[in-house]
Amino acid sequence: MNNKRQTLWNHLLATPYVLWMAAFIVIPLFFILYYGLTDADGRLTLSGLAQITNPVNQKALWLSLELSLVSTVICLLLAYPLAMILRSLQMNSTSFIVLIFILPMWMNFLLRTLAWQTLLDKTGVLNTFLTGVGLPPQNLINTPAAIILGMVYNFLPFMVLPIYNVLIKIDRNVENAARDLGANGFQTFLKIILPLSLPGVISGITMVFVPALTTFVISDILGGAKILLIGNVIEQEFQILNWHSGSGLSLVLMVFILISMFVMSKYDKEAEGTAIW
Amino acid sequence: MKTYFIKTLFVPLSGLFSKKRLTSVLTAAALLTVFGLGLSLLSGCGKEYDLYVYNWGEYMDEDVISIFEEETGLKVSYDTFDTNEDMYPKVAKNAVRYDVICPSDYMIQRMIQDDLLAEINFDNIPNISNIGAQYLESSREFDPENKYSVPYCWGTVGILYNKTMVNGPIDSWSVLFDEQYQDNILMQKSVRDAMGIALKYLGYSLNTTNEAELQEARDLLVAQKQSGVVQAYVIDQVRDKMIGNMAAIGVIYSGEAIYTQRENSDLEYVVPKEGSNVWIDSWVIPKNAKHKENAEKFINFLCRPDIALKNFEYITYSTPNVAAQELIEDEDIRNSSVAFPDSSVLENCETFQYLGEEADNLYNQLWREVLGE
Repeated sequence: MNNKRQTLWNHLLATPYVLWMAAFIVIPLFFILYYGLTDADGRLTLSGLAQITNPVNQKALWLSLELSLVSTVICLLLAYPLAMILRSLQMNSTSFIVLIFILPMWMNFLLRTLAWQTLLDKTGVLNTFLTGVGLPPQNLINTPAAIILGMVYNFLPFMVLPIYNVLIKIDRNVENAARDLGANGFQTFLKIILPLSLPGVISGITMVFVPALTTFVISDILGGAKILLIGNVIEQEFQILNWHSGSGLSLVLMVFILISMFVMSKYDKEAEGTAIW
Repeated sequence: MKTYFIKTLFVPLSGLFSKKRLTSVLTAAALLTVFGLGLSLLSGCGKEYDLYVYNWGEYMDEDVISIFEEETGLKVSYDTFDTNEDMYPKVAKNAVRYDVICPSDYMIQRMIQDDLLAEINFDNIPNISNIGAQYLESSREFDPENKYSVPYCWGTVGILYNKTMVNGPIDSWSVLFDEQYQDNILMQKSVRDAMGIALKYLGYSLNTTNEAELQEARDLLVAQKQSGVVQAYVIDQVRDKMIGNMAAIGVIYSGEAIYTQRENSDLEYVVPKEGSNVWIDSWVIPKNAKHKENAEKFINFLCRPDIALKNFEYITYSTPNVAAQELIEDEDIRNSSVAFPDSSVLENCETFQYLGEEADNLYNQLWREVLGE
């Protein structure tokens, strides 16, 4: 096959994907933009965006930012050491452990979250166990902590995998060279491994932070709808057919996501990861 | 980000199977699936049915549909919705053409106002005689001339409580605000139901549009949440949580109450003395229906006592079909005050009215202030 035909072939293969992206990603985004900036009569207005000045919505936004930030930090603290351990293991066992981390993702997200509800409930599995061994039952469900737990559980693989992928690509010789030159284990990690793994960390942070910020299912199921996140507000706006306010709030949320990506990309020198800037 | 995401998912996997080809095989498989799905969707569009039914989820014994198909030879397409608000735009915006739909009272009122419904030809529905006169009378609140709707199920909103977990019998909404039940009360996560409870407790109409009254109701619900008695705001889960003894008190629809009592005999249902919401779900035919006569045949079929009984036994929501009620074999159920409360209970109850967009927005805003507190 000559080069020209190869290129043509490539274009042909890419066409369905491009069409798919246009139909289900780009066009919907324009719809959101349109609805967010107009009112029911189709006139241009900022009232959709101004919904964020409503104190209830503002509180929900700050709470979402707070909870997703905490979840992201916890995910990072759990994922990095895990990725390091995986890296140091033999290939065969690594694949097995990685599989264990991916396996839950093959199951429905809602089911996994509902399972946590059964575990944490007032008369759920954990509390039954606690009372069984003579300890007082704990109030676990319907708290911010339960929501953070749900976020960490659901999004942890999205932190582990990018970090792990970057770590296994680091040449062992780089590490050996550092040791040869007199660096101890800690120094090697701090000066060699950590900087080289930053791109993975950055995309991990983005891939956890963004879905955590916008979730509404986790707060509904594990928060008993008592804790209103910005995702819940947007969901409700759409439920009551107020597409303009819902889209306006989505746009505001997008700004926060773009800001976080922009900040992250400053640290992400390599083209890999969240390269949208 | 997208491509990187896919890479991160597949790289470890391809390592597992130690074949680089796996990625491309998987991609090809995924593409094939997508196209296959698209094709099957397209071909699905070509299929024609004789009747398109749109009903609440879990709101009909599906055997009933098979019986109807057998008896009439008509092919039925059966779709379901979760809330009136989900259903409304699909019908209003002509997105899908249904022949027969089962909305609630206030939504029927709104659909009549918006000129979306066709007048039913009652000559084709002789079985309407099985429907109790009082239910047709109540229907006049939203369908003033009984022209557009045929009652299917009805019920009340009330309190379900666990006899072993509360002090003394309960007969008032006041228990929902009683601080001794810390973290033990399940509220409905639905704006009209929640606000309606507060309004009724305060002695107002649950159809009020008076801003001061509504704010008072909001303040009451906020205080309730702050006092810590609310375990969660849920909808369907009230049923399972109450059966599982996870809460002492829950707000629930009467139809669910019978089911929960079957599963957990400690549970008791009461319509509080301050009054509550009584609702009716009725069959209507939209104006753009293509198979109006088949729809009428279907409604007539559903009004047949044996069919109404079959549905009642499956969904346990009260039936307005008096002839079917007489056929119920289990005496306890036939005379159950939960399924068929006597008129004194319903004295203070009101049906919901459609309040217009402005009032709707006010309700939603106040309700969000409760949830966001």
